[in-house]
Amino acid sequence: MSATLMRTAPVLRAAARASGAVKPMAMASTSFVRGKATLPDLSYDYGALEPHISGKIMELHHKKHHQTYVTGLNSALETIGEAESKGDFTKAASVAPLLNFHGGGHLNHSLFWENLAPASRDGGGEPSGSLKKAIGEDFGSFDTLRKQMNTALAGIQGSGWAWLVKDKQSGTLGVVTRANQDPVTGNFVPLLGIDAWEHAYYLQYENRKAEYFEAIWNVVNWKTVASRFDKS
Amino acid sequence: MVNFGNVLQGYLAATQQMLSGDQLNNTKMAITTYTLPTLPYAYDALEPYISREIMTLHHEKHHQAYVTNLNAALQAHVAAVTAGDIASQIALQASIKFNGGGHINHSLFWLNLSPSDAPETKPDAAPSLQTEIEKTWGTLDAFKKAFSATLLALQGSGWGWLVKEGASLRIITTKDQDPVVGGEIPVLGVDMWEHAYYLQYLNGKAAYVENIWNVINWKTAEERFLGTGESILEAPNGSI
Ligand SMILES: [Fe+2]
Ligand SMILES: [Fe+2]
Repeated sequence: MSATLMRTAPVLRAAARASGAVKPMAMASTSFVRGKATLPDLSYDYGALEPHISGKIMELHHKKHHQTYVTGLNSALETIGEAESKGDFTKAASVAPLLNFHGGGHLNHSLFWENLAPASRDGGGEPSGSLKKAIGEDFGSFDTLRKQMNTALAGIQGSGWAWLVKDKQSGTLGVVTRANQDPVTGNFVPLLGIDAWEHAYYLQYENRKAEYFEAIWNVVNWKTVASRFDKS
Repeated sequence: MVNFGNVLQGYLAATQQMLSGDQLNNTKMAITTYTLPTLPYAYDALEPYISREIMTLHHEKHHQAYVTNLNAALQAHVAAVTAGDIASQIALQASIKFNGGGHINHSLFWLNLSPSDAPETKPDAAPSLQTEIEKTWGTLDAFKKAFSATLLALQGSGWGWLVKEGASLRIITTKDQDPVVGGEIPVLGVDMWEHAYYLQYLNGKAAYVENIWNVINWKTAEERFLGTGESILEAPNGSI
C-alpha cells in the first residue's frame, strides 16, 4: 500500500467509529487527530498507458476525478469531526453516505493507479509465481479469470468497479463488482481493480466499453497484484 | 397521461395470463418489440448546450442498446416462461428493469428537451406547472436551484426527475436506469450518466446542469403535468 493509503486508512476507521459511536464527549478529543487525505502521485506519466488508455483520460481521471474524491473525503471528515466535537452524532452519521462515496473513490482510484503500469514496463502479460498457481486453482486458467472479469465488468448496470479479490477466510480468489465507489471491504482483500465508470474510457472508447475492457489487460501490473496477494 | 410503467406491467400481465392457462406449453405468447423512437429535432439542434456528437451517440448507440437488450431480455423471458424455467425468469428481471428503464427514461428525456430558440423552451409554455412550482418552491429560480443541486449530488449514474404525485410536485432521483414507477408521474427528467455530457463537459458536470435549462421543453412538461399529453408508450406510430 502507498503512503497515502496508509495515512487514510486510520482516518476511515476513526470516522466509522465516530459515526456509530454513542459514547459522549471523551472520544472527541482523541479521535480526530489526523492528517488529510492527499492525491497520490502516479508512478508513470499520463501518456504512458497509451494506446490502451489515452493521456487525456489519465490526466482528467487523476487530476480532476480522483482529486474530487480526495476533496470530498476531507470535507466529509471535517464535517464529522465538527459534529462529533459538538456531540451531534446524528449529524455525524448523516455524513456516512458522503464518507463512503468519497472515501471509497479515493481508495479505489489509489489502488487502481498502482495496479496499472505501462505496457513497456510492468504492464500486461500474465501473472507468475504463487498468484499464477492460485489463479489456476480457483479459476482453472488465467484466460478464464480474464473472461470472468470482463463479463462482470460488462454486467455492471451503471457506474462501478470489478475486482479480483482474495477471501481472507478461505484464501480463495474470486471476482466481485461494487456499485459506484463502494470500496471492497470485509472478508475480501482487493487485488486488482478495474474502473468501469464511463469517465474511465469514454473520451477514447465512447460507448464501446467492451473494447476498453479488452485493452486494459495490456496495462495490468501483475507485480502489484502479486504483491497484494502475497501480503494478504 | 404518461403511462411509463406499461412496458413492465403489460408484459407481466401477459406473462400471468399465460401462466394461468392450461395450455401453458402450447401457447405462443406474442410480445411487443420495442424500437428506437425518432428524435423530434436534429442531432445538432441542441447546440451549443448539448453537442451533436453527444446527441448522436446517446440516441443511436446508448438508447439503441437499451432497446436491443430489452427486446432480447423479453424474448428470453418468454422462452423461460414457456419452458417453465422460473430460475431464468427471475434472473432476467434485472435486465428487463435496467433496459426497460433505459428505454423509458431516454424516451421521456428526448421529448422534454427542445432547441433553445423554440418557444417551448420558455417557462411561459407551462403556465399551470409554473404556478404549481411557485407554490412549492416560491420561485422558478428556487426550483431550478433545488433541482440542479439534486442532480449534482447524485452519486454514480442516474437521473433527476421533477415528478407529480397526487396534486403535489417533488424532486427525486433514480439510480442507474431505474424508471419512475408507482404513483408518480415524471414531468421532467435529466440524464446524469457521464455519457450524457462527458464529450463536451468532461468532469464539469455543473456546467452541463446549468446549460440544460436552455433546452428544457416546458410545453412537454406542462402536458405531462396536466395529463393531457399522449403516453409515450402508447404512441400511435408505435415508436416506443
Ligand atoms: Fe474513476
Ligand atoms: Fe443516457
